[in-house]
Amino acid sequence: MTDLIKIFVAAFLINNIILMRFIALCSYIGMTSDIGQSVGMGLAVTFVTVMASAVTWPIYYYILKPNGLDFLEILVFIVVIAALVQLVEFYLKKSVPTLYHAMGIYLPLITTNCAILAVTFDQITYNYNFVQSIVFALAVSLGYLLAMLLLAGVRRRLSNSPIPSFMMDTPILFLTTSVIAVAFMGFAGLIK
Amino acid sequence: MKRLLDIFLNGLIVENPLFIIMIGLCSAMAVTTTVANGIGMGLALTFVLVMSEVIIALFRKLIPASIRMPIFLVVIASFTTIMDLTMKAYFPALSKSMGVFIPLVVVNCIVMGRVEAYASKQPVLDALFDGLGMGIGYTWVLIALSFVRELLGNGTLLGMQVMPSSFSPMIFFILPPGGFLVFSFWMALSNQLRKKILARRKLGAAGDGCRTVPTSSVAEKA
Repeated sequence: MTDLIKIFVAAFLINNIILMRFIALCSYIGMTSDIGQSVGMGLAVTFVTVMASAVTWPIYYYILKPNGLDFLEILVFIVVIAALVQLVEFYLKKSVPTLYHAMGIYLPLITTNCAILAVTFDQITYNYNFVQSIVFALAVSLGYLLAMLLLAGVRRRLSNSPIPSFMMDTPILFLTTSVIAVAFMGFAGLIK
Repeated sequence: MKRLLDIFLNGLIVENPLFIIMIGLCSAMAVTTTVANGIGMGLALTFVLVMSEVIIALFRKLIPASIRMPIFLVVIASFTTIMDLTMKAYFPALSKSMGVFIPLVVVNCIVMGRVEAYASKQPVLDALFDGLGMGIGYTWVLIALSFVRELLGNGTLLGMQVMPSSFSPMIFFILPPGGFLVFSFWMALSNQLRKKILARRKLGAAGDGCRTVPTSSVAEKA
């Protein structure tokens, strides 16, 4: 149990996927102009990341590894994730239309979201077992949601602030992110 | 020839993938703690980008629109695997220090974005030069970023001591927040330069931020 909590805190705060590991930055900048949108994207990514880990872990350990095919992991994982996203989209459209309308538009966009693929690779690299993998996936994607929410909040204030014309538009976003990242470095001592 | 040169130069500043279209950001900041990493990642991505664009442009009339995404992904993933295994074999240290970012080239939005927005509609030669331009545009930014970060954060360049020994390295620049900081300043500089270029081309009226770039919708993806 304690190791699960450790994995969770480390992936959620200490190694925050966006602020500390620079993964999934494109959507971080592209989708945070509005708080609602950033939450929608964050939840969609959480959902797909956990689903994807639950599928890729058995594929790696029961199909690829025993047959000596682990060099194909890049190809296999990306195809599995793309197919999974498509399936989830079809399923939601037919059976849970309300949820589909809430996050459906984000689903196609996250096929190429690096966070999901990075999580599936990390689980293999860190030799996590199945339960640890799921907890790790959940923590990483919640960390993603948190970072999205933070920037979306700051962006709302930025739109009414006097910004030097030199830093207008995106440069100021990265400057802000730098400050948020400094704050997150404070979590570094949380776990030994 | 002039047209091809224009396509090539476009990727360097005016439509720089990192600063203007804002795709492929993840790897740009993560690997740029040393100049060697920056060069390695830049060339690796350029290879995958050029090869994928050429292949997709060759087959653009044969690929059905409805299943183009999986086909693109398979092509990109194949070249990424080739590049990954080559780097592991010949540059094991470099490959190790870049870690997960090598396989992540598959979902690097630059490759997917350019293949979807450009190579799937243009002739082979145009796609080749677009790939080269975008790849070099990405590489110079990586070198610029890693130059500042390695110099200030470690006092070295390409592993050689450059700063005088009295200089104490500012670790901040090696850490993630420093990456964001340096990136934001390089971006601001490049944007100023771009404004000047556009003004000289008498397109000044249309040139503000990234909204003039036709592929900006791709940036929202991923």
